[in-house]
Amino acid sequence: MMTNPSRILTQGQFSFLPPLTDEQITAQVKYALSKGWALGIEYTDDPHPRNTYWEMFGNPMFDLKDPAGILLEINSARKTFPNHYIRVTAFSAIRGVESVTMSYIVNRPKTEPGFGLVRQETDGRTMRYTIHSYATDKAEGERY
Amino acid sequence: MSETDPLNAVLADDAQVNLEKEFEDSNVKDVLDKLDRELIGLKPVKTRIREIAALLLVDRLRKQFALTSETPTLHMNFTGNPGTGKTTVAMRMAEILHRLGYVRGGHLVSVTRDDLVGQYIGHTAPKTKEVIKKAMGGVLFIDEAYYLYKPENERDYGAESIEILLQTMENNRDDLVVILAGYKDRMDKFFHSNPGLRSRVAHHVDFPDYSAEELLHIAKLMLATQNYRFSPDAEKAFFDYITIRMTLEHFANARSVRNALDRARLRQANRLFANASKSLSKTDLMTLEAEDILASRVFLEGKLDLDGDEGSDAVVD
Repeated sequence: MMTNPSRILTQGQFSFLPPLTDEQITAQVKYALSKGWALGIEYTDDPHPRNTYWEMFGNPMFDLKDPAGILLEINSARKTFPNHYIRVTAFSAIRGVESVTMSYIVNRPKTEPGFGLVRQETDGRTMRYTIHSYATDKAEGERY
Repeated sequence: MSETDPLNAVLADDAQVNLEKEFEDSNVKDVLDKLDRELIGLKPVKTRIREIAALLLVDRLRKQFALTSETPTLHMNFTGNPGTGKTTVAMRMAEILHRLGYVRGGHLVSVTRDDLVGQYIGHTAPKTKEVIKKAMGGVLFIDEAYYLYKPENERDYGAESIEILLQTMENNRDDLVVILAGYKDRMDKFFHSNPGLRSRVAHHVDFPDYSAEELLHIAKLMLATQNYRFSPDAEKAFFDYITIRMTLEHFANARSVRNALDRARLRQANRLFANASKSLSKTDLMTLEAEDILASRVFLEGKLDLDGDEGSDAVVD
């Protein structure tokens, strides 16, 4: 029994909503910039709820102050990797926080095969469960 | 015709609007007054800025009738002799356009050819894109823009940078304003060989040379910001200095005036040092006397102090 029947990767903010439009992304980027957070773009083709280390697309944009510049970079990432997951992260450098405060997916592959439950029987019929992504059945680069 | 929201109600076709009231409501008036006060002369520049401000006001009135229009092209080209204020005005332009509401952020990114063009293949595009990204939402000021295009050298990557700029200037007109600056004859040649660039730049502003009275006024403003002043004789002497200096070679308008003031301050310091026994008041320290100006070679010999040993006899070892 899967609790994710729509098969999409629900990682990060807004992942249960329909895909964000460019205006919505601009609004989110403006909010992050107003707080002084550094924005970065990351991509991956290996979907899994526990895969949090994605590849970086260029360095985090520490010195940009305007959403239009970040949108340019996002569209460039979409053009380079049209069939990968792309997300925007915002990093807060405030002492005591020093971590990622926002992370939302801005691009998804056209079809996502979804996840399956893998059961492993250990000693004494104790069951251990994990989630397996059907996309990773193929090699990297051939998944989408 | 009008919606239920009273603030954004669209006016009926035969309603009247008041331009004077709109002018006072917006903060355009302070911007124009500040410009008048702080920049001397530069009549064509001020005229052009006034025209842009008028366009903004009319745009606002049109909005009340729900008449929409496209953002005007604001890319500019400043030409003029050295020291006429091109870079200064470009820096002000970012703030002005922001106050008028044409650009989102008021920041200015000032670059020359080195910041845009790379040294090897593939280096130029990311470099230019980085600069454009930083300038988004504000103003990109390219000084000495003609160096971007070097037709003699076929291994020069300036043309690539121009291509990227052209694309951005057309597609992201709402996000970025590009201001080019340089000397008139070279900019004319540059535009001649880049018709794409010329058609994208809407405002060509020429910065005229300053008159002697304007230069004197600029000198007094420069001194005031540094807490100096002319004595009445010094003011007359400096006016004479300017009129003679303007006829000599290598005259760089406001920059020459600034250099002359620096030399006058040097002579004032040495004059005060020579009378070291006397105690000095605040006024003494602030005032430039006529002898500080008249000691210039321009008066004594009618030529420039090109080897920099002016005032050397007053130097104490």
